[in-house]
Amino acid sequence: MFDRPVYLDHNATTPTDPTVLEAMLPFFCEHYGNAASRAHRYGWVAEQAYDDAREQVAALIGASRREIVFTSGATESNNLAIKGVAEMYADRGRHIVTVATEHHAVLDPCDYLRDHRGCDVTVLGVDAEGRVDVDAVAEAIGDETILISVMLASNETGTLQPLGDIARIAKDRGVLVHTDAVQAVGRIPVDVNELGVDLLSMSGHKLYGPKGVGALYVRRKGPRVRLSPQMHGGGHERGLRSGTLNTPGIVGMGAACDLARRTMADESSRQGGLRDRLERMLSERIPYIKQNGCVEARLPNTSNLTFAFVEGEALMMKMKTIAVSSGSACSSAADEASHVLRAMGLPEALAHASLRFSLGRGTDVADVDYAVDCLTRAVADLRRISPLYDAACDNGDASGIEWFSGEPKASETS
Amino acid sequence: MEYSPVVQSHFENPRNVGSFAPATPRVGTGTAGTTDCGDVMKFQIRVDEHQRIAEARFKTFGCAAAIAASSFVTEWLTGRPLDEGETLTPAMITDALSLSTEKQHCSALAVEAVDAARADFEEKWLRPAAGHDA
Repeated sequence: MFDRPVYLDHNATTPTDPTVLEAMLPFFCEHYGNAASRAHRYGWVAEQAYDDAREQVAALIGASRREIVFTSGATESNNLAIKGVAEMYADRGRHIVTVATEHHAVLDPCDYLRDHRGCDVTVLGVDAEGRVDVDAVAEAIGDETILISVMLASNETGTLQPLGDIARIAKDRGVLVHTDAVQAVGRIPVDVNELGVDLLSMSGHKLYGPKGVGALYVRRKGPRVRLSPQMHGGGHERGLRSGTLNTPGIVGMGAACDLARRTMADESSRQGGLRDRLERMLSERIPYIKQNGCVEARLPNTSNLTFAFVEGEALMMKMKTIAVSSGSACSSAADEASHVLRAMGLPEALAHASLRFSLGRGTDVADVDYAVDCLTRAVADLRRISPLYDAACDNGDASGIEWFSGEPKASETS
Repeated sequence: MEYSPVVQSHFENPRNVGSFAPATPRVGTGTAGTTDCGDVMKFQIRVDEHQRIAEARFKTFGCAAAIAASSFVTEWLTGRPLDEGETLTPAMITDALSLSTEKQHCSALAVEAVDAARADFEEKWLRPAAGHDA
């Protein structure tokens, strides 16, 4: 039926939209100038292309053109924001507040600053739905606090953080707010002024643009945010990020943002409908499923589900015709379950039994229905092999399954 | 990550899945692993009057490598003298399945569970206790 696996892993990356690729192509062999060449036409064409792209990126998040710094991707944007603030404002304070469910591209720079630059880092926990408590953020702010970094939407569960409330408190206390908005931008409306954030990271390849390009929004007014550059050289990007600009990538990122701005409303509701269909059909067919994350405040394309008693990697291997991602990092040497799910209080056994489905523009009803069929079979197969499923069927009190309500279907016991 | 054809074969069509009926005589049961580390293996061996492993069964919660290692081990055990179970090593399983370094804990876990099943059998059926014929 399908010549390649059904792709339900759009939070990992998205395909480059063909219209985006088309916009990029002239900037390889034809308009290959360097904007730093200010004396000839080749340079001017590149300059104009950056200006246009900057405008397109800014328009998607309600920013102005001069507040956009192009980077190599969201990891660089996060590093520039967090380390750049820590260095620039070191004389004002050395305390950073972040959250346990952040991406490693936020947590690791914070760890670095703590271990090598003498910063204090407070890592706040989350509730069972993956949301940080606004009061806890307020309590964590001290005289030394210079930055709060909280993601807008979780890559693993899609849960949205109460970022607007956090930013309001931070502003009252004179603390800067950075957000890793990689998963949110292009999927839900994002406006830097409504949110009140000072720094916002985004990525090209998460919104149908190319890989290797990203952007950092840096507020210029109220307050004017200053950053210590992390890449030194020719003074590109107003000195914030030296290095000849990735012209095709930047043009592609601009085109992708423009496309997202025009199609987002329709796509959000369409993908949300498909995601709800996926969850509804799975919960009708497979007992012992749990949805992870916040139901009310969640990205429309993301579903994180626990299939109790089966291990995530094995489940993915059973479904070679579906591309999803697992809450279990069993293939890594660490062999640990997702730090995000564990921070939400999910027992290890259930975190290992979790899959993330992330839908995208290419996903249709047939994909969803096919995935449901594959999952239903694969889960039944693996539960037949699972000693944990036996234990639960025998005594109904296997650890970590207190949230189950229904009885297992007789057809599924071996 | 691509698994070896041997792993894929055992994972796609696991051999000797299941458990013996509770009343089955001359059965030893062993488990290893915890849900925290993401792998739990349960082995059962049925040993005949000649101290030969007549049949083996498994149930495993874990990754594809853990399931394949379990299936492989039940095949390896079947028909062997009980004593020979001692000679099974993690390296043998790793080699047979061409497991990568990060999957070697699956082999170690399988050996641990087999050892536990043998010990359980010896405890229940070979010790000169009342009620059982050795």
